Amino acid sequence: MTKIVVDGTEVDVPAEYTLLQACEAAGAEIPRFCFHERLSIAGNCRMCLVELKGAPKPVASCAYAVKDCRPGPNGEPPEVLTRSGTTKKAREGVMEFLLINHPLDCPICDQGGHCDLQDQAMAYGVDSTRYGENKRAVEEKYIGPLVRTAMNRCIHCTRCVRFLAEVAGVPDLGAIGRGEDMEITSYLEQAMGSELQGNVADLCPVGALVHKPQSYNVRPWELTKTESVDVMDAVGCAIRVDSRGREVMQIEPRVNEAINEEWISDKTRHAVDGLRLQRLDRPFLRENGRLRPATWGEAFGAIKAKLAGADPKRVGALVGDLAGVEETYALKGLMTALGVRNLDGRQAGEALDPAWGRAAYTFGPTIPGIEEADAILLVGANPRLEASLLNVRIRKRWRMGPLPVGLIGEPVDLTYPHVQLGAGPDTLADLAAGNHSFAEILKAAQRPLVIVGMGALARPDGAAILAAAAALAKAIGAVTPEWNGFGVLHTAAARVGALDLGFVPGEGGLDVAGMIAAGALDVVFNLGADEVEIAPGAFVVYQGTHGDRGAARADVILPGAAYPEKNATYVNLEGRVQIANRSSFPPGDAREDWAIIRALSEVVGRRLPYDSLTALRRALYADHPHFAAVDAVAPSDAVAALDALAALGGSPAREPFRSPILDFYLTNPIARASRVLAECSSLARGRALEAAE
Amino acid sequence: MLADQDRIFTNLYGLHSPGLEAAKKRGAWDGTKFLLEMGRDWIIEEMKASGLRGRGGAGFPTGLKWSFMPKKSDGRPHYLVVNADESEPGTCKDREIMRHDPHLLIEGCMLASFAMNAHACYIYIRGEYVAEKHALQRAVDEAYEAKLVGQDNVHGYPFDIYVHHGAGAYICGEETALLESLEGKKGMPRLKPPFPANMGLYGCPTTVNNVESIAVAGTILRRGGAWFAGLGGKNNTGTKLFCVSGHVNKPGNVEEELGITFRELIDKHCGGMRGGWDNLLCSIPGGSSVPLVPAEQIIDAKMDFDTLRNLGSGLGTAAVIVLDRSTDIVSAIARIAYFYKHESCGQCTPCREGTGWMWRVMLRMAEGRAQRREIDMLLDVTKQIEGHTICALGDAAAWPIQGLIRHFRPEIEKRIDRYSANPHSDPVPMAAE
Repeated sequence: MTKIVVDGTEVDVPAEYTLLQACEAAGAEIPRFCFHERLSIAGNCRMCLVELKGAPKPVASCAYAVKDCRPGPNGEPPEVLTRSGTTKKAREGVMEFLLINHPLDCPICDQGGHCDLQDQAMAYGVDSTRYGENKRAVEEKYIGPLVRTAMNRCIHCTRCVRFLAEVAGVPDLGAIGRGEDMEITSYLEQAMGSELQGNVADLCPVGALVHKPQSYNVRPWELTKTESVDVMDAVGCAIRVDSRGREVMQIEPRVNEAINEEWISDKTRHAVDGLRLQRLDRPFLRENGRLRPATWGEAFGAIKAKLAGADPKRVGALVGDLAGVEETYALKGLMTALGVRNLDGRQAGEALDPAWGRAAYTFGPTIPGIEEADAILLVGANPRLEASLLNVRIRKRWRMGPLPVGLIGEPVDLTYPHVQLGAGPDTLADLAAGNHSFAEILKAAQRPLVIVGMGALARPDGAAILAAAAALAKAIGAVTPEWNGFGVLHTAAARVGALDLGFVPGEGGLDVAGMIAAGALDVVFNLGADEVEIAPGAFVVYQGTHGDRGAARADVILPGAAYPEKNATYVNLEGRVQIANRSSFPPGDAREDWAIIRALSEVVGRRLPYDSLTALRRALYADHPHFAAVDAVAPSDAVAALDALAALGGSPAREPFRSPILDFYLTNPIARASRVLAECSSLARGRALEAAE
Repeated sequence: MLADQDRIFTNLYGLHSPGLEAAKKRGAWDGTKFLLEMGRDWIIEEMKASGLRGRGGAGFPTGLKWSFMPKKSDGRPHYLVVNADESEPGTCKDREIMRHDPHLLIEGCMLASFAMNAHACYIYIRGEYVAEKHALQRAVDEAYEAKLVGQDNVHGYPFDIYVHHGAGAYICGEETALLESLEGKKGMPRLKPPFPANMGLYGCPTTVNNVESIAVAGTILRRGGAWFAGLGGKNNTGTKLFCVSGHVNKPGNVEEELGITFRELIDKHCGGMRGGWDNLLCSIPGGSSVPLVPAEQIIDAKMDFDTLRNLGSGLGTAAVIVLDRSTDIVSAIARIAYFYKHESCGQCTPCREGTGWMWRVMLRMAEGRAQRREIDMLLDVTKQIEGHTICALGDAAAWPIQGLIRHFRPEIEKRIDRYSANPHSDPVPMAAE
């Protein structure tokens, strides 16, 4: 720890601190544009200049370390002045320079109201300009469908360039030209090729990069901001849902160090327009082969009529990818009351079972724990598409120091170097037998991490592959009492919650594949499972939000609420329980999902014992206490779970692993309804074709 | 006046062959092995004793700079980088060294690298110096062939030397931008600290020296630091290549003692002032980046670091630009402002935005199309740039204008008045609020 005096206040800070951090520790505010906590230091905006006593000129506090400051002549601690005349003059000078070529078009700029330049010009600038020349004009650039550019406003802080190069791992943005002709561009005016590109608009301290889909739609002060959780993948990123009236206008990231730091993927951010399109806003009933609008009473009546004579063995229930814990719990309660054992929440057919222990189906090391791993083996996983923000964490770990990464599966670009070990279960067996050089690396690692993805588990021989992966993890010492290096990489937000609730087939019950087979069931209750094709014959009750695949196959449609429209609990892939808050209301006659099931239960004569969300949660917490510990990962016995998995045995087939995510942008009904994501998807497909040529 | 036997660059004018044999006859590579055997500390002490100040412009003591390198390697290699990106307008001394006396430079590289425990040296040549690149490369090849340098050379110190050709950006003469460029990146200065002596080329301890500073090392060590310190004045020792350009009768490079007066330099070596001494308007004594000094102050001034600094200017690279009364001084400085605007790398705000602003105002002032109050505003803008940037290019852009306003304010005012007296003048544009 080193002593330093900031504006007369002495503080004790670590020697590696920069002056900017030291000033903040002392409570002094330092303006900045180019500096960002999660990016490398550029030191180019010069807004953070402060006076350092003894230094001949003001220093850039973001880049100057406390340890580089010289003590005073008699050994007194170095002194920083953030409110002196020199500092003030320096800031005013820099602000004036930033503004001379800035168009000052705040009234028509989307950044207005949350613009760093606006705020800091107010706080640190002078009142008028002395610049009488023509301002610089810079052509707009096309850098993709998600980010609109207004390059006249650019202040060349290079945050966007650094974000893409460092965090997203793509070299798509850069600066060309020099001096006042310097321009930020994607060189050939190509779309940025990152699934995280929306973040550059968040990072832009001015209005040069703004979100294209929301252009001219919103002003920040009109929005109601609700903190929530993302459901587009199983990572559970922290988001803020901004709504105006009943409409969700935009989704922005929220800081959660344990999960997404402060980034979100483009799918998370831009699925917003999908919330408005293709919505189911009233119940529907199939008559003479056509769906017709109906009332809740008619819909419930039709279900009651079908269930009345049905044998519980020929009734089943499926839960899809976006369902919250509450509705899954209510559905399980209703089905149990009806005596139904054909339950399955594993829509993709993953070979996971709560009976093997919770650690057998969660991401053991947790997301921040990735930073401690020293070797990673990916088995049938493509984290970049299946869990983008988790991939960011792996990349962050790789940037911290050497990290060997081995991949068994399809060759993909993960944004960090990795060894392509093989394509399928054979390679896994080779590794276990020590026939592969990467086996040595894994054995030598202190904290190896084995990540098993759905490409390996969502297939008929998934259990055997899981057993083989667990046996390998055990052999390389990936799981010890101190370190849990075995992780299952889920792709759906609802999955871990459904497994926690035990929403899997009971004694003699059918699983997903069994239920959707022709002639297996008479009545299927489908809670938002849109990725499966139920064979003709069964009477399908579909409860969901969008007119997607599930609704097309339905005989009765019950309109539910999408994730910003309900209070719901989600469990992310780590097993972290999180609560999504309601920011708007479901459209038309649609209702919150648990309430629909509760109402149906009364109609079919199996009344569920709760009338409010609070009562439901009370019952839920009584049955499953870990749901009450919000934002926490309940500890589980990983060693025992791994032993149980390894003991499963079985021999896998030889087919190579295939990622279940064929199109990153179109993985669920909300995303498929979004026009913006459809454009992203077609661009990404074009890129893939180009690469194949 | 410097005696002929005290000259270091005896082939400055290319009257003899630049080849290895001829260079050896002139004294290069003489007893280099003996000098190396004297040891690292002796070399650095001799360099310190010589009082040699860096010849690239800043005038930092060379021996001291060498002593900043870590004494023991922590596992990282050390590097010597020679800055041959001589782009300062008016300066052309390194060009002559590389053309005509390249072996002095190569020998200096060897000695300096040995003193700093570097086994590799990079010479970064300005993009426009194509002929010089070939000349130097030829000399390096000769030295390799004669086993004077290389992995197993006659001196018994494994040492490699690489000539790297830049792409012609002025900013790459800034030492950290040069390192970035050498690493294959965009030539943009780095933040300091850390300084190159700790984190330089490829993150390893590196010293960057000017061509002239390195090229004189061999002779200094052979003749002793005391000999060099005996030339010139206190704190401004030794000989220096002066590049005299502008309105003199015979412009050219000349090696002279530091501390020679301006008048003597011009009269003895450049055939005197064009049109006589009364015709002198001012001089820019150290390359385009230093403030000008008006005639009455410069005419009998000693040409050394301290005297010129006290005159509010600097010796810089000793590129003496002489301007006579026919010069349109405001236009001249406007042209220099354009140069800095053109060469700003664009990394940091004050320089990127400020150089263009200054140039545009200067352009108007050259015509008189300005307001008197804008002179003070311009001066204020130069102060806002000076000292607020990552590298010294901001300062270099600000100083010539500060010098102009300091000494030629009446001239600017006269033009403004003349222009505004013209009833058909354009209105001065005001910013759109």
